[in-house]
Parts: sequence; C-alpha cells; structure tokens
Amino acid sequence: MSDDLKNTVAGSRGNLGWCKSTTHVNQNEALIFEKSSPGKKGYQLAPLDVPEVDPKKLLGEAAREDLGNMPEVSEVEIIRHFTRLSTWNFAVDYGMYPLGSCTMKYNPRVNEAVARLWEIAEAHPYQPEKISQGTLRIMKTLADYLCEITGMDTITLQPAAGAHGEMTGILLIRAYHQKQGNPRKKILIPDSAHGTNPATAAMCGYAVENLKSGPDGMVDLAALEAQVTEDVAALMLTNPNTLGVFEQNIGKIADILHAKGALLYMDGANMNALLGKVRPGDSGVDVMHLNLHKTFSTPHGGGGPGSGPVACKKILEPFLPVPVIETTAEGTLRLNYDRPETVGRVRAFFGNFGMHVRALAYILANGPDGLRMATEDAVLNANYIRKKLDGVYELPYKTPSMHEVVFSDKKQSVKGVKTGDVAKRLIDYGFHSYTVSFPLIVPGALMIEPTESEPKEELDLFIEAMRMIAEEAEKTPEVLVTAPHTTRLSRLDEVSAARKPILRWKPRQAKSAAE
Amino acid sequence: MRYLPKSPSDREQMLRDIGVRSIDDLFAQVPPDIRLNRDLNLPPAMAESEIIRWFRERAAENGDHYTSFVGAGAYRHYRPVVIDSLISRSEFFTAYTPYQPEIAQGTLQAIFEFQTMICELTGMEVANASMYDGSTAAAEAVMMAMRVTGRSSAVIARSVHPEYREVLRTYVQHQGVPLTEIGFGENGRVDLNALDAAISADTACVLIQSPNFFGTIEDVKAIADLVHKKGALLVVAIAEAVSLGIVRPPAEADIVCMEAQSFGVPLSYGGPYAGVIATKEQFVRQIPGRLVGEARDKQGRRGFVLTLSTREQHIRREKATSNICTNQALVALMVTIFMSVYGREGLKELALHNLAKANYALEQFRKAGAKVLFEGAPRFHEFVLQTEKTPYEINDGLLAQHIIGGLPTISKFYPELGNASLWCCTEMTGREAIDAAAKAVAR
Repeated sequence: MSDDLKNTVAGSRGNLGWCKSTTHVNQNEALIFEKSSPGKKGYQLAPLDVPEVDPKKLLGEAAREDLGNMPEVSEVEIIRHFTRLSTWNFAVDYGMYPLGSCTMKYNPRVNEAVARLWEIAEAHPYQPEKISQGTLRIMKTLADYLCEITGMDTITLQPAAGAHGEMTGILLIRAYHQKQGNPRKKILIPDSAHGTNPATAAMCGYAVENLKSGPDGMVDLAALEAQVTEDVAALMLTNPNTLGVFEQNIGKIADILHAKGALLYMDGANMNALLGKVRPGDSGVDVMHLNLHKTFSTPHGGGGPGSGPVACKKILEPFLPVPVIETTAEGTLRLNYDRPETVGRVRAFFGNFGMHVRALAYILANGPDGLRMATEDAVLNANYIRKKLDGVYELPYKTPSMHEVVFSDKKQSVKGVKTGDVAKRLIDYGFHSYTVSFPLIVPGALMIEPTESEPKEELDLFIEAMRMIAEEAEKTPEVLVTAPHTTRLSRLDEVSAARKPILRWKPRQAKSAAE
Repeated sequence: MRYLPKSPSDREQMLRDIGVRSIDDLFAQVPPDIRLNRDLNLPPAMAESEIIRWFRERAAENGDHYTSFVGAGAYRHYRPVVIDSLISRSEFFTAYTPYQPEIAQGTLQAIFEFQTMICELTGMEVANASMYDGSTAAAEAVMMAMRVTGRSSAVIARSVHPEYREVLRTYVQHQGVPLTEIGFGENGRVDLNALDAAISADTACVLIQSPNFFGTIEDVKAIADLVHKKGALLVVAIAEAVSLGIVRPPAEADIVCMEAQSFGVPLSYGGPYAGVIATKEQFVRQIPGRLVGEARDKQGRRGFVLTLSTREQHIRREKATSNICTNQALVALMVTIFMSVYGREGLKELALHNLAKANYALEQFRKAGAKVLFEGAPRFHEFVLQTEKTPYEINDGLLAQHIIGGLPTISKFYPELGNASLWCCTEMTGREAIDAAAKAVAR
C-alpha cells in the first residue's frame, strides 16, 4: 500500500469523533496439529474400577492400532489455542452486527445459565418419562407460548434449524393435500425469497415456480391470481419479506390461495418485526417456521446450532412429526408416538432442546410488553438508519421498511465500488458487515438489520461510518476495493480456494491414518 | 426492559429525526384488521432471579444424578471443564456464519481443525463442517449416494438406529426412492446373504451402522466387498464417536455419517448435537453442507474461507445438494476441543475404559444368569439382554436405587427379541451400579 493510501486509510477513520475500532492484542497461532508432540497430554482418566481388558482379544481384527495425526497437546495449550483463535472473530458482544435476515440480537446470559442446570443439561432423551417431567414441561410451555405469539393452533419443536423447519412445513402441506386425494405439483416462491425455500420445495418433491415481485417489492396480486391453479400446493412467503417490507395484502394473498385449495406457508425468518404486533395466524397463514436463533435470542454460535419450530393450524395437526407432547388425565406430560397420519420423524429425539430452554428464558424475561417493545425498537432502528442514509446510498424500493432496510450500490458502482467493497470497508470502522448481494431482486444489495439491541450511540457511529465510506467511494475508491486494512489478514482469495480446495491439514511427511 | 438499550428520550429523538409522531406510524403498512390489539397472553416479564427459580423448579421435577445404562445414540461421557470455558467466549458463541472471513478466522480455523480430525478418525479424506445430527446426516448421506451413482434405491440394515431409519424414510418419501430393509444374523451382524440378495442394479447405496444399534461391530470389510462388487456405495453410520478410539475406522466405506455428541456435547435431552458427513475426495462436489478450505490473503498468508459454495442453496436454489443452510458450529467446536483434550493417546485410553466397563458388566450379567443376545461378534460398549421379566419391571426396581436400567423400548422396533433391553456402559458407569443392575436382572 502506498504511503498516500495508508494516510487515507488512517485519516478518514480518524475523522470519526470517536473511532470505534482500534488495535488490540491479537496473536498469530498455528494449527493445533502443528503444536502437537508425542507424550503431551491434556487429560487424565479416573482409575479403572473394573479389570483391564485386551482389545485385541475382545475385538480381534476390528481393533484399532493407531489414531494417525490426532493432536497431543496439554491443557494450557488448548486454552491458549482456542482463546487466541477466538480473538480473530467479530461477535455481537463486540458491536453492531447488522447482517440482514439473520437478526443478530443480544444473547442474554441467563439463557446460558439455565441451559446448564445439571438436571436439564444432563437429561438423557430416553430416560423414563416420570423423571423427565421438568424437561417435558419446558418444551410444552415453550410450545404453548409460541402458539400464542404466532396465533397458530399447534406446533412441533423438532426441526433443528430454519431450513429443516421449512422441510417439515412443506411435508405437512403435502400430507394434507395427499389426504384430499392429490398432493399437487408446484410450490410458488417469490423471487425475493431465501435460497432455502426453493431447495426445500425440491426436496419435498415439488416443482418450484417463481413469482415475480411487483414494483413496490411486494407480491403482485394479479400475477398471483394468474399463477395459482389447482396444481399449486402452497405459496412460501417471507413476511416481512427480504426487503423488510410488510406484505400488506397478506389477507388477500391467503384468500387467493385458499380459494383454489392451496395453502400459505410463512417463512418466519423475519418474525422479529412482528412480536406482539401481528400474529401470522390471524392473517391467513396456515403453517410457518420460527428461527429461535434469530427472533428468540438463542446464540448463533458461529453458524449453529439453530432451532426451527413449525407452527400450524388445526387442519395440519394430524400430520405433525412424532412424537408429540400430550397432557395426561393426571396432568403429567407424556410423549405420544402413535399418530398414524404423521409425516414421520424429521430428527432423532426431540429437536435442539438446549435451544428450547434458551428461547423460553427469553420469552419469560420479556413478557408481552418486552416482546412488543423489542419489535418496536427493531423497527425504529431500521427506519432511523434508512432515514439517515437515504440519498447517501440508493434506496431501490420506497415502500416503508419494517425491521430491515435494503439499499443498493448503484451510486458507488459508477466508481467501481461494489456492495462487497463497502461491506469490507465497514470492518475497518469497527462493525460487522451487513448482508451482501441479497435479496437477488436488488442488484448490488446492502441488506441492513440493526435489531433492537443497538443503542442510539452505536447506530449514530454506524451511520457516520457508512457516510464516510460513501465519501471515500467518491474520492478514494481504491481504499474500498482493497479493504479491509485493519484486520489480521487482508482480503482472502476465495476463487483460488475453490479451484484447488484444501479441506484438511496434512503433515508434510508423516502418513495419516486416512492414507 | 433490561435488554433494550434506549432511553425514552432516545426514542423520541429518533422518531422526530425519522419524521413520524409515534411508533405506531412505523407500523402503518400493517392493515388494521390484522393488527393485534391486545397484549399477548403471556406471563409478565420476570426478573433474572425469577427465571432461574422457574428453571430450577423444572430441573427438580426431572430428578437428578441417576446412574444410567441408557445409550442408544446419546451417550454420557465426562465433559472436560475447558470445553464450556472456551465455548463461553463471546467471540465464539455470539458470532454467526463466517461469511466475512477476515473477521471470522477463529471459527473458520476451528472448523478446519474439526474437518481434519474427523478425517483422521474416520479414515475418510474429506469431512464437512457438520450437519444437524447423526440421524439427518445419515439421511443426507443416502441422498448424496444417489447423486453420486445416479441410482435411485437404497438398502438399509435393520440394525441401524431405528430413529435414523425413520428420519431417512421421512426425508426420501417424496423422491421415489424405494428403501429395502435387511435383517441381522444370530450374532447381531448384517445378514450377508440377505444383503447380497437385496442389492440390485439400481441400488445407490447400502446403509449400515457400526457399532450397530445393538452395540455389535460390523464386518465392514466383508460388507464393502459385497457392496462394491455390485457397483453400489457403502454408507457407514457411527452413532458412538468414542468407539473410534479403539475400533478400526470404516476406511472401506464411501461415505461415513456420524453423530459426534459423545465428544464433549451435553446430553441436553436430545440436542443440540452435531452430525458429520465424511467421504472420499472424488465425491466432494456432492457433499451437502458447509465446507471450510484453506486460502491465502493478498500477502500470501494462510487463512480459511467457506468454500465450494456453488453446491449450496443460497447459490443453486432448487438444484442445491441439500436445503441445509446452517451447520452446528458451536457444537462442532465442543467436539474439536474434546478431541484436542484427549488426542491421539487419550481417545484410545478412553475407549478402552468403555470397553472394559461393558465387558465387566457383560460378565456380571452372564454370571447372574441373564441371557445376552448376539454372542459371537465383537461389540463396543452396548449389548442386548433378554430377560424373563419385562424390562420395565426390572427398571422400576432399579429406579428406586437411583439407577436407570437398559432401554426397554427396543421391543417396539424389534418385537422378535421379546423381553429385550439395550444396555450401555461408559467410563462414567461405576462398578457398584453394574453389580446392582446384575442383581436386579437375576431376580
């Protein structure tokens, strides 16, 4: 980098009254295999209280000799290794993480505390029901509350993530149609939808038909009317949609579908815009999934675990995955596996129970007022950003925003600066990037979802950073296309990585067990 | 509300800046007839102390500190304290999918280490960044085998975990995939003659589990020979990862799908756990889920990125290898830390302890006169007992001694086994509990 450029990089960041990002302790660290050497140990087993055995004698040819290149390291090295790695991550606890559609809100610590209570964390899924009443009660309570929040009649907590919930929901729809004598052929999906929607429909044996959005970014009722036939099983609709726009005609959309016997599936990824304000069940939705890791504050964990409960109307109840939780005449809870019309089981055991615990703790902490206020603040924050950045970045759709706002890089791209460059530069200002290039209906999209967790001060810093980046795009676009400049590594070459993929470490000489 | 970082005057100022009078103006887009004009019917906001009390009460309803002989796909092993200490670092647990690799190297390098260790342990060449769990990994592995071979049916051993088989059936029910189930012999292993007869020219793969649901270790080599001769792929499911410390890895398999819960993941009433798919390099473009690969930055320094994403739903949409979007990153991190703690020697020693405990239990049960099914083939740490009394009766007696007996529900899936129960011992199972259980079974 030239000195001029260096000054620009530092200089413009310095213009912030109070520059959010700064340098701090950050160390390089090898792969754990590169720290390993024979004889180092990070464990000690308790003495064996039964006679020793000879594995050769018990297992014969099935006995394993060698564990290849598994590491040998001490406890202190393990702690340092993963601690050092952790410092290379940005996280919600560092600051604003405005990934649109991901709802990166604060993860309350009490959630973690209760999920680690011994009898909850150590409960075996097959332990007898009579000593599982507590864990069953947690699931039942969460199920009841989620039904109330969504306005639905019933729910399954089994799906492990949003996409898994989508699959479950579409299977319910298919089973419903099948029972009427015809599973139908197609699922309609708006062009603004998440990629998981069409992938799910295909997995469930349906053809995907694209539904073009209208000029306001919403479902075009006339187009819908024309496309809904007796072949259509359902429409998969995200509401608010991926532009952050509430589908105002949701009631009419449901009517059009229902008139032809089709059902309305709602992708609940954006439920954070609706808590305590609108219940999908009251607006004609037949089945939907929730993302507990988005709306209900369970931690994203670097990419999972998620949890994707599916709530539905009474008409779909017979088809729910087994088992379902029931209350007995004595008031205790039991698991019912005997449901002849079920779509089957979508996951072993009962789902990501640890996430159920956390989501319930979040609902209890908020109560009805807190949930509604969370949604109000999420919508307030998104509209505040929209107002302050409108004009600085192109706003392709003028329809009012709910919890997220989508700009485009139209103004910046004339200088050769793309949304991905703005996103990388945002890192230098101390923020995580927004969602890049999605939804697909907006070329060069910047999808920003602040959530309710941001104080005004953090929003103002973000807005200032985005404005300065827009200015840089005008004056020194090279700073943006080479960003980030303040990270441990500079931009990584993803194209070469995909061309000749290296997906595991290998020792230089030694032979691994896999070879 | 303590999670909301705004003062009333902040909100007023922001509304003024936006140019609206009240927060309701921002919801004008929502038609009045579908607005909720009442409070949600939920209990009022609780203080942190009340939340803790509420969950403590639930925890108490669950009863505590039982010695358990139940395994069957979820295993109680000791969890080293460093695991929770490290995964509680905010940088790991409050981050998301590493879409911006420059500020996600921690997660990415940890996953790369995870993928490497899974390859070393399973004898495969590539592993993905994790799946939801073992059951869904098995279903995805079978679907992957269909893409690889272009064939459209599958043969499943009945000794695969019954719930894995149920999940598989759910996944493929609308894809026109005939599933044939094959049984097991006297020794609990896959019936090779039945297997041979079941494989047709349209069989994409054979799915077995080893150690299987009964704890018996399959003859993977012999099965692989038979399967490969007919041009099908062999998919091996592993529900108990700890077995890999002492049991030869299924290196002859084409795809290995695994549940990694045993490696440091709390039982947590069934989840979250972490599934894994590992395979040969030649099939990597058909593998579902995320993959982390090595990359270089502009200065040529080593880093890691999500790679080969053209397989995935956000690019390929309805033509993707799977609809899976997330992985189980934080759980995979627990698994990686666990594998680092035990490492090359410890995993072996740990598995050996499990083997010894189960062997002792088997001897005690035999001495007490119980009938152990499936003798004559090696097993890891689970086994099936056939008893005169119903297992429920035996377990009721044990529960009074704070012991959870073997899984009694297996007769639901294998009625031909009669009064059968599936028992598991790990390094956590004490000798006294084993002796007490043997007595209960004898009586």
